[in-house]
Amino acid sequence: MVERTLMTGNDAIGEGAIRAGCDAYYGYPITPQNELTAYMATHMPRLNRVFIQAESEIAAINMVFGSVVAGKRAMTSSSSPGISLKQEGISNLAAAELPAVIVNVMRGGPGIGNIAPSQGDYFQAVKGGGHGDYRLPVLAPSSVQESHDLTIEAFALADRYRTPVMILTDGRIGQMMEPLRLHSRPIPPPPPKPWALTGAKGRKSIFIRSLMLNDGDLEKHNIHLQAKFKKIAAAEVRFQETAIEDCDLLLVAYGTSARVAKSALEEARRNGLRVGLLRPITLWPFPSQRIAMRSSRCRAVLCVEMSAGQMVDDVRLAVNGRTPVLFEGRMGGAVPEARDVFRAIQKALAPSRKKRTP
Amino acid sequence: MSESSESSNRKWLYRKPRALSDTPMHYCPGCGHAIVHKLLAEVIDQLDIQEETVGVAPVGCAVLAYFYIRCDISEAAHGRAGAVATGIKRVLPGRIVFAYQGDGDLAAIGMGETIHAANRGENITVIFVNNAVYGMTGGQMAPTTLSGQKTVTCPQGRDPETMGPPIRMCELINTLDRPYYIARVALDGPAGVRRARKALTTAFKAQIEGRGYSFVEILSPCPIYQRCKPVEALKFVRERMAAEFPVRVFRADGKST
Ligand SMILES: Cc1ncc(C[n+]2csc(CCOP(=O)(O)OP(=O)(O)O)c2C)c(N)n1
Ligand code: SF4
Repeated sequence: MVERTLMTGNDAIGEGAIRAGCDAYYGYPITPQNELTAYMATHMPRLNRVFIQAESEIAAINMVFGSVVAGKRAMTSSSSPGISLKQEGISNLAAAELPAVIVNVMRGGPGIGNIAPSQGDYFQAVKGGGHGDYRLPVLAPSSVQESHDLTIEAFALADRYRTPVMILTDGRIGQMMEPLRLHSRPIPPPPPKPWALTGAKGRKSIFIRSLMLNDGDLEKHNIHLQAKFKKIAAAEVRFQETAIEDCDLLLVAYGTSARVAKSALEEARRNGLRVGLLRPITLWPFPSQRIAMRSSRCRAVLCVEMSAGQMVDDVRLAVNGRTPVLFEGRMGGAVPEARDVFRAIQKALAPSRKKRTP
Repeated sequence: MSESSESSNRKWLYRKPRALSDTPMHYCPGCGHAIVHKLLAEVIDQLDIQEETVGVAPVGCAVLAYFYIRCDISEAAHGRAGAVATGIKRVLPGRIVFAYQGDGDLAAIGMGETIHAANRGENITVIFVNNAVYGMTGGQMAPTTLSGQKTVTCPQGRDPETMGPPIRMCELINTLDRPYYIARVALDGPAGVRRARKALTTAFKAQIEGRGYSFVEILSPCPIYQRCKPVEALKFVRERMAAEFPVRVFRADGKST
């Protein structure tokens, strides 16, 4: 039987984590993700699982570190400023190859910024964020349903590759309500974790570390990590395409911006303009090859973001100069309007008029 | 005669604890960490908890503790051992979990995690090696550096007017309701070492019995950055450190003493 309900994106993530078998959740209040922490506070203890309101985001990510070191599934969530505080912890998780899920419900920045939805943390999420050479799988839902589904996916990915995984969403999707089909299929059990620290019963004692002082050890470890990242990049690219087959202009947008872009696309199609949308679901690994392939048949690519233009850099790298790449965006917690995106589409596709001098 | 019966006939006066590995330690001669490691291993042996113990190592001179102590051990980011230990213990409530930390780790960058783990009354044991300096990074001022004590970042001596006086962690934690056992000991000679072992035993026993948070502060020699010979470092611990940090049991059986 399919369970249908109405939920906010934040709650849908919480319920997804619970259904994915999350054993422990650690959070610290920050808007616009507070609903998620409250959801976990209500439901985790009821299920005899761990909930702690930590003393800071730093404490929360390190509690996650402890629980995943012990072989359990654990998650933390926050919004932009709090995610900045977690970066050392995320780097340590990546370095020690520990599976964990981190949710960023983005808000306006830089600085304390505001509590309105934003996509200003794209660079932080996909270009490292923390120190050192590592990559972080980043999943970007654009609906309540997807917030739920991708959370379940995030735990599986984290365990499959022994890596932290980030869910990158924003205050709009986090706080809006939509109908939701709750995940009801049984979740496959986590893979065996012989590396987990559970006490040295019947085996030699083991340890988990990321410090490697001996000559050459850290380079070897980096080579191993990079090989793993390559594997993830090859196998885990996800995206969704709309009206893509005949398009003259390719929209690229994720999360809330993709919803806006889709409205603009519909308006454009009504006006006879051939516009398609490619929505990256994984921001890392990025659907670069697909964008390259699609853009080669277009007259222009238009990237829509709630930022000064961050993902557009990756789109430009993918397109590699073959097609003009345009940008439409708002900053500081402002959401682009479909009609502005529509105008940008019109402008991009307008027949170029040569100016004649009389 | 078989070897085992031979060894059972032999009366050992002293032997290396089983929970201590054979790996040569990297500590400087006269370093307190080496002594605390040995005591910890002895207590693990004595309480027979090697197979169910999960430790958390700090960032500090004891960062490589996992090479020396034979139980499962995780690294923690600098200062976050209290949070990492919490994360382990909450999902493995049946295991024995300890955090091993220096003064920079526990009382500077990790002060928040330390106080809050104590305040929640996490059923863990925190071993706090207070040597009044940052060892690993080259002898900088620690939160516990004594007034007037010289370090590379207070070359004229710590001035409490601008740098604050040393922080007394046992006293601070003793203001909280939930901790069960709080004690300060000093590695200032054989009697001090014995008292330290006793305090560690009491702390781990409390955890095994599920009584809650236990905290053992160990005043410890660091001859290199206390800037003296190993023997004088013992005197520094006994006379100067113990004058600032009273050696006593602050709380036993959950009650202040
Ligand atoms: C985030 C971070 N900041 C700073 C450091 C550098 N660091 C390593 S150990 C240490 C202090 C060690 O002193 P203490 O905790 O007193 O331990 P000891 O070495 O004296 O045993 C510092 C500041 C670090 N590794 N990580
Ligand atoms: S610097 Fe001090 S604390 Fe570090 S190993 Fe040497 S004596 Fe021990």
